[in-house]
Amino acid sequence: MSGASAAVQFLNGLANASTLFLVAAGLSLIFGVTRIVNFAHGSLYMLGMYLAVALAPITGFWGALPLAALAVALTGALAERLLLRRLYEAPELMQLVATFALVLVIRDAALWAWGPVDLLGPRAPGLSGAVDFLGARFPQYDLFLIGLGPLVLAALWWVLRRTRWGVRVRAATQDRDMVRALGVNAGRLYTGVFVLGALLAGFGGALQIPREPATLSMDLQTISDAFVVVVVGGLGSIPGAFLAALLIGEVKAFCIGLGYSEFTLALEFVVMAVVLVLRPWGLLGQAPDAVRGAAAVPPRLVAPAPPARAALAALAVALVLVPLFAGDYALVLLGDILLFALFAASLHLLVGSGGLLSFGHAAYFGLGAYGAGLALVKAGWPMLAALAAGPLLAALAAVCFGWFCVRLSGVYLAMLTLAFAQITWSVVYQWNAVTGGSNGLIGIWPSAPWTGRIAYYELCLFLTLVAIVLLWRVQFSPFGYALRAGRDSPVRAAATGIEVRAHQWAAFAGAGLLAGLAGALYAFSKGSISPESLAVPRSVDGLVMLLLGGLHTLTGPAWGAALFTWLEDTVSRGFDYWRAVLGGIMLVLVLAFPNGVSTLARRRP
Amino acid sequence: MNPLRLLLCTLALVSTLAHAQSRPLRIGELNSYKTFPAFLEPYRKGWQLALEQVNAAGGVRGRMLEVVSREDGGNPGDAVRVAEELIAREQVAMLMGTFASHVGLAVSNLAARRKVVFLAAEPLTDKIVWEDGNRYTFRLRPSTYMQVAMLVPEAARLHKKRWALVYPNYEYGQSAAASFRKLLAAAQPEAQIIAEQAPALGKIDAGAVVQALADAHPDAIFSALFAADLQKFVREGSLRGLFGQAVVFNLLGGEPEYLLPLKEEAPEGWWVTGYPWRQIDTPAHKAFLDAYRARWNEEPRLGSVVGYSALRSAAAALAKAASTDSESLVRAFEGLNVDTPFGPIVYRALDHQSTMGAFVGQLARRDGAGVMVNWHFAEGARYLPSDAEVRALRPK
Repeated sequence: MSGASAAVQFLNGLANASTLFLVAAGLSLIFGVTRIVNFAHGSLYMLGMYLAVALAPITGFWGALPLAALAVALTGALAERLLLRRLYEAPELMQLVATFALVLVIRDAALWAWGPVDLLGPRAPGLSGAVDFLGARFPQYDLFLIGLGPLVLAALWWVLRRTRWGVRVRAATQDRDMVRALGVNAGRLYTGVFVLGALLAGFGGALQIPREPATLSMDLQTISDAFVVVVVGGLGSIPGAFLAALLIGEVKAFCIGLGYSEFTLALEFVVMAVVLVLRPWGLLGQAPDAVRGAAAVPPRLVAPAPPARAALAALAVALVLVPLFAGDYALVLLGDILLFALFAASLHLLVGSGGLLSFGHAAYFGLGAYGAGLALVKAGWPMLAALAAGPLLAALAAVCFGWFCVRLSGVYLAMLTLAFAQITWSVVYQWNAVTGGSNGLIGIWPSAPWTGRIAYYELCLFLTLVAIVLLWRVQFSPFGYALRAGRDSPVRAAATGIEVRAHQWAAFAGAGLLAGLAGALYAFSKGSISPESLAVPRSVDGLVMLLLGGLHTLTGPAWGAALFTWLEDTVSRGFDYWRAVLGGIMLVLVLAFPNGVSTLARRRP
Repeated sequence: MNPLRLLLCTLALVSTLAHAQSRPLRIGELNSYKTFPAFLEPYRKGWQLALEQVNAAGGVRGRMLEVVSREDGGNPGDAVRVAEELIAREQVAMLMGTFASHVGLAVSNLAARRKVVFLAAEPLTDKIVWEDGNRYTFRLRPSTYMQVAMLVPEAARLHKKRWALVYPNYEYGQSAAASFRKLLAAAQPEAQIIAEQAPALGKIDAGAVVQALADAHPDAIFSALFAADLQKFVREGSLRGLFGQAVVFNLLGGEPEYLLPLKEEAPEGWWVTGYPWRQIDTPAHKAFLDAYRARWNEEPRLGSVVGYSALRSAAAALAKAASTDSESLVRAFEGLNVDTPFGPIVYRALDHQSTMGAFVGQLARRDGAGVMVNWHFAEGARYLPSDAEVRALRPK
């Protein structure tokens, strides 16, 4: 790589950094103040792109930019007022389910409004050409973007440092309760911040149209990049987000320039993992203050009363007898429901009792599946040995990843789990010789006597029920109580002699092991396994099941898994725009049961 | 028995039999409609048109044909569950569909397990008929290997020495690049690959990739990019003057799904495989084009042809088979002749690959849109490896 091309790649990196910064700044602001993990931020960005492409023929490119951004800000305002506002009192993570439902709705709305074809926007009038730079041609528009990033940074800095509103936002970022106690109208402040964040997302999206087409997959692609930037920079820190965008943009550009383009698959996650291990609160972030007040302590986990236990036992017996009266497909669907119930219950141990938010639980599910698949197909092990190999591989990974993760907390911890999951995913995705690359492995079928649908269903049922009951018992063992003590008050727990980190680490290993069992059973039930089984959507599904069912209930996660799996199966068959319908149902459920659907039975007038 | 009762019984029996006779024949169809809508909405319109035509002509074996269509969720796990539902609950005679290669392979693997015939309409992976091929799986579209093989003669003819490769980093892109390397080395031994870029699918950093390619000063570029990646590559490449110095070969670049979004920026002179639907004047294609326009009031895409031909193939196999059980269907599919809008095709008994071809030509701009010029039709049968090679690849 010559000096000239290094200089050009440096500029490429700067241009991409500006783009990353714009979308990440809004996300960082929103999270800093409202603590909402806004999954729909990428959708707002996508909406900005589509709106700008649609408006450009009418208003011209330069007119479309502010109009699209304003329209997206309005959408953000509506989402905050009508939906998220109602959830500020619910468990924090419920907003995650709500914004995930919004992702589904917005994607189908965009499909309905603009159709399935990628829309390439116009080039920017006045900046459509390229300039000569060290013997290369460099786009004028990219130079404009390079200048715009620092300008937006300066504007945000001015708003946050020099205006009254900015003072309140910074105060709320530091201590929400105190700001409220001092008489600031928190509702208005939250709406304002959300609208500003949405405006930035829409603006960032609209600015992209000269460089890339508006497509329907933009939403989830953008959100993961934006999260990485926000976390690497330090939550709530705008200059940190700028620095992180710069770091990631440059590392990517040089990786490509030096001919290592295949490493870009999970590059940002490698950068994030390194940063988080070295600096647990990001480049410019600060250690969060401990959350105070009653809201911080989740409700006590209650063991089921004797009548409820009897009902659960009756349910187990009914499940054993299902093959007597149900069709083949009911067994297939029930099998899936059981697997995901185990997956959600294992996640519950981490997130519910451990207070360790994980965005990367799919890694253990997927490694369980791959472990079983590789042992069977490549190593030629017998089925039951392969079925055991999967969970062990997953547990091994959980022990390694967990060791780093328990040193962090909150969203930083969640993002480190995500980073490990994505790195694992990229290895599985590219290691063609062993994992079969993006195609995955096939031919992972159960052998005799488990070949029939009924036999395999009963095996699945037995293993998942044993594992789930084990998980439930652990919750009420001394280990479970100690884990919850560490979650609710780490300082006091440590003072009573509990080794909080060791307990959390063990929770990682156990959750990984049982998620791996779910994955291994999944591989045998489908006959094949692909990298999607350890990709982000699987992790998100797990969280949605958990939260939909009830984070602080014992049986909730299993009910949530059953509900979600059944809904997805039914809705995708019955409706054309099934994503939007699924999202809509989830929104209704979230609003009706902010503590999870399993609290339905417990409601008293 | 009294005569009235006898009559009633007979009538009841006849009506039951008649009912059984007129019960429609079911095909289970599954695809990632919401994940790849740009290709699959035209695909759905294609098979719906063919279905209506088949049923208007009296159906198959005196029975109406029915398609039970499902969304497969775009991932192998869900697709396998949906396929199980089609087999177990809907009792379909055969399966067809799927788009992405990994989903196609997973469903093909299930089809072999459940002994149900599966016609993979769209997946391009070579493995589905070769390394991972099985008795129950057939594939319609020309594979990655075949389409690369169609471009290589044109590439070798130009005698370019310095080649650069750019492809999305997953199985399709990797196997396209590997086939190109191998076939170019055979056709033009002095050619060298001097640069290689494998950006993540859907996430190409086009500016940096174009710059890295330009730094290598290639005479020619082979690209397997498509959809949004292709659009970004074209825009950055033309802005930064990459295409002035190198001639480009782009697999799939002439497919209307990927060419039309480029509008007036379609890069002139590129060699592509694709579908120049306005200019094909064979009677078979004209009949399809007129019927499609009349039915849907829009222009067909390549997906339309794939959907139409897939359903035509399924109907032909069901009509030819001695009965609708899977073993008879496999025997019917092997060596099956089907008339498609691209002309007659055969499902080879050797590897279950159809001989459907593709159009090879260059891109040009007409009236603010990309079109294919200097094109010819490449017969699929001519671009397959020798029978011995195929036999060695397929599992015993």
